[in-house]
Amino acid sequence: MLRYIIRRLLYAIPILIGVSLATFVLFNVVATPEQIAKKNLSSKNPTPEQIQEWLKDHGYDKPLPVRFKDHMTEVMLFKFGKSDATDEDIWGMIKVGVGPSVSLMVMVLIAGTFVDLTVALFVAYFRGTYIDAWGLFLCVLLMSISYVVYLITGQFMLGRILKYYPSSGFREGADVWKFLLMPAAIGVVSSLGQYTRLYRTFVLEEMNQDYVRTARAKGVSEDRVLFGHVLKNAAIPILTSVVTQIPLLLMGSLLLESFFNIPGIGGMTVDAIFSQDFAVVRAMVFLGSVLYIIGYILTDISYALVDPRVRLG
Amino acid sequence: MAEPLLQVENLRTYFNTPRGTVRAVDGVTFSIDPGETLAIVGESGCGKSMTALSILQLVPEPAGYIESGRILFRGKDLLDLRWDDMKTVRGREIAMIFQEPMTSLNPVFTIGRQLVETLVAHDGEATTGWQRAEELLARVKIDDPRRVLHSYPHELSGGMRQRVMIAMALMNRPALLIADEPTTALDVTVQAEILSLMAELQREFGMAVLLISHDLGIVAEMADHVGVMYAGEIVEIAPAAQLYRSPKHPYTRCLFASLPSRQQRGKDLVTLEGVVPDPANWPPGCRFAARCPDRFAPCPSTHPVLAPVDGAQCARCLLYPAAFPPGVPVQSPEKETVR
Amino acid sequence: MLTNVDWLSTLAPFVVLAAMVIMLRRAGRTPLWSEAFRRLRRNPLAMISLAVISLYAAVAVLDSISWRTSKTDDFRTLLQRIAERPKERTYSAPYATVTTGEPEPHPLNEKHLLGTDGVGNDVVYLTLRGCRTALILGGLTSLIATPLALMFGMLAGYFGKWADDAVLYINQVLSSIPSILLLVALMMVLGKGVLQLCIALGVTSWVSLCRLSRGETLKHREREYVRAARALGLSHTRILIRHILPNLLPLVIISVTLGLSGLVLAEAILSYLQLGVPPEVGSWGNMINGARVELAREPVIWWGLASASGALFVLVLAFNVFGDALRDAVDPRLRTG
Repeated sequence: MLRYIIRRLLYAIPILIGVSLATFVLFNVVATPEQIAKKNLSSKNPTPEQIQEWLKDHGYDKPLPVRFKDHMTEVMLFKFGKSDATDEDIWGMIKVGVGPSVSLMVMVLIAGTFVDLTVALFVAYFRGTYIDAWGLFLCVLLMSISYVVYLITGQFMLGRILKYYPSSGFREGADVWKFLLMPAAIGVVSSLGQYTRLYRTFVLEEMNQDYVRTARAKGVSEDRVLFGHVLKNAAIPILTSVVTQIPLLLMGSLLLESFFNIPGIGGMTVDAIFSQDFAVVRAMVFLGSVLYIIGYILTDISYALVDPRVRLG
Repeated sequence: MAEPLLQVENLRTYFNTPRGTVRAVDGVTFSIDPGETLAIVGESGCGKSMTALSILQLVPEPAGYIESGRILFRGKDLLDLRWDDMKTVRGREIAMIFQEPMTSLNPVFTIGRQLVETLVAHDGEATTGWQRAEELLARVKIDDPRRVLHSYPHELSGGMRQRVMIAMALMNRPALLIADEPTTALDVTVQAEILSLMAELQREFGMAVLLISHDLGIVAEMADHVGVMYAGEIVEIAPAAQLYRSPKHPYTRCLFASLPSRQQRGKDLVTLEGVVPDPANWPPGCRFAARCPDRFAPCPSTHPVLAPVDGAQCARCLLYPAAFPPGVPVQSPEKETVR
Repeated sequence: MLTNVDWLSTLAPFVVLAAMVIMLRRAGRTPLWSEAFRRLRRNPLAMISLAVISLYAAVAVLDSISWRTSKTDDFRTLLQRIAERPKERTYSAPYATVTTGEPEPHPLNEKHLLGTDGVGNDVVYLTLRGCRTALILGGLTSLIATPLALMFGMLAGYFGKWADDAVLYINQVLSSIPSILLLVALMMVLGKGVLQLCIALGVTSWVSLCRLSRGETLKHREREYVRAARALGLSHTRILIRHILPNLLPLVIISVTLGLSGLVLAEAILSYLQLGVPPEVGSWGNMINGARVELAREPVIWWGLASASGALFVLVLAFNVFGDALRDAVDPRLRTG
């Protein structure tokens, strides 16, 4: 197992090199630094000296190959530098934002999985009946609503109509869950359709397997068949799916954090997007890739841990 | 003569499909005495597996259902039982083993866990269960039973898995063992071992066995009685020796003729022409008529009944006057032979 | 007069439609597809969603045929000429007679079925104009991404070794980048615009299709018919195009159809991030995001959001339902949830 992890991590390095290469090409070649400078300098028509100074300050003034080498070494060593827009140290910003992001993600993941699984089991138990058909159709309906619509209507309904307070913002401490409740609830509902349908499929696939017939032939009660045999097998793909959601959540909460003014790394990224802060976006792309790769490795490991048939080589 | 252990009367198991109602089991009647073996043979699709599944009411729902008939086990009709009561019969008084040992075992539980579950499901003790499981694994001739108890199904070979299935079925000392093509998925050499193991265990435990197979050769050793199924019906049933010595139904005769044997060396293999009719649309009259080398005038329109033709041997064929349904004039083949 | 017609915009949808009709007819002659079409025809939900999609397509076509009356005028589409309503001063509720939210409500020029937006545009008209954007996003992106993904996937799967390594590497790099961020990064450097959005969406949706075609090509490469073709001396290209490709197409088409809904939905998200289409180009995403401010007003202005999200929802639902039905019609075993 350990050898496998090390091998995967080593293989991640060329991938990350590719990612930073891609970001370099995008942000230095497709959009030239002069354009970036112009966007970030406050005055309308910056003088060439002002541009040069900004470029120097942010490390854009050196020739392309040198910039390339610098970029690659910095990024690979996680030295992200300063934000183009606010001059803050990017790493510092990330450290501050991680806490709120993780707490939001944990809430959404746990509550979401619980709800999705419960509904999926319920619908699967009634397979072939109207409950099943309507449940499925409801899932497709829920999947067809735009995420932004969920956010806007959710905030409106919970905030103005049900008068839930606070409807946005964030404060550390004991009250933190109050601020996270609404965004978490919306996060759960918005992905309900997709995952419920998925988990239902997993459960149904197991219910059609031969070993279920064998268990019934042994006289095992229907409850034990469902919760002992079927669920244990279905737990494998379900668990893998949950682990896969972790990196997705960290990144997907971009809009969620931004909407509800939660000062996490997602919100920070969105602010950078609004202010065309390329340095921060570059850093977040790289960080996001690292998280995604770790997520993939975690997924494979979780598979090996849960399924006795899988041996990682 | 003691009362039969299992008596199936006029069992009909149907399926609802988009193409119409498939009459997979269409009026099957047989009985098994305690301790004896009945083999049911037939080609794929003749309904033999569905017959077996119907006894334990494991017919795939919601499409399948038992339409009518009686299944008397020790005198009580199993079809009258509620689900909970049927549960106590399954795995305890009647046990079943299936064709595919790999998929029939739960891949994420150890063998021991699955064996013990059979006991626990019938109010057994888990602690003594492991002991008993180990004993049974040894009984089915598995080396190192303790290691196997803690293994997972994918770590065992096909033959070993089938032995495990047999052990699992025997955990509660059932009176009847239903074996649905137990050796079809196994290598030829392993097949023989498993079959002789089953015969041995049957003698030792005093069980009755319902053996389902498509292979006449396999059942020869074990079977006391043999029933041949075709198109959802039993077309011939007889004590084994009698059947092998002189099969009466043309289908059975064709089955025997198509077995390769030394006597036919150098000649072409005998085959049956035609295909099995559509189960959603059984033809009126004799269902084998279209392919029968001995068919004559009444066959396509008159549906023969299963009637005794020689002592305990019964056949469903109009070649034998007793098979004509009541009220239909008896005809005999010498006068009119349709070719 | 002929130079006063915007030929590109006018003819493009008809070219696409003609191509689709031709391909459908050719496909209908193969047993796989004729059987699938038959099953689809019997599925009422599938037919309804197909009708809905066609309705949206018809509106989009109307919005593509455009010309100008003289060299100095703007190009205006057929839809604009038919459906444009006189502008009001500002917001007004559906079917109201006066404006909303002003200290002194002004009377309206006429009744608007779904009200008007902040600058007085009729909401129904705005919604209709969003159809074209949505369908272009779905259609053009797929048109760009699919052939490329297919080509690279097949090359990787068929030739193996360095081609496979290269494509796999690109795939892994691209799929390691969170897709939202990849989209964002691309849009930040490409700028706003429908074409840019199509390219960006194409890059992000490329990977899964490429992986699919690579996997399927690998499977088919080992099949006997390919070995037989090689034994007969057929060239690689011929085998790829005439033999392997038709076997890939069902899965690819299903995948693309199911992906259309995601493409259309992505526009709203990017619009929130101010990276979508420019505001002059009508889009539902822009309308939905504008609603955020509208909902905070007193009295609440909900009709723009309702109309745009409703139109988006119906189209996405139709794509989802039809995509599922298509997959079940071709091969129910493909259902993976």
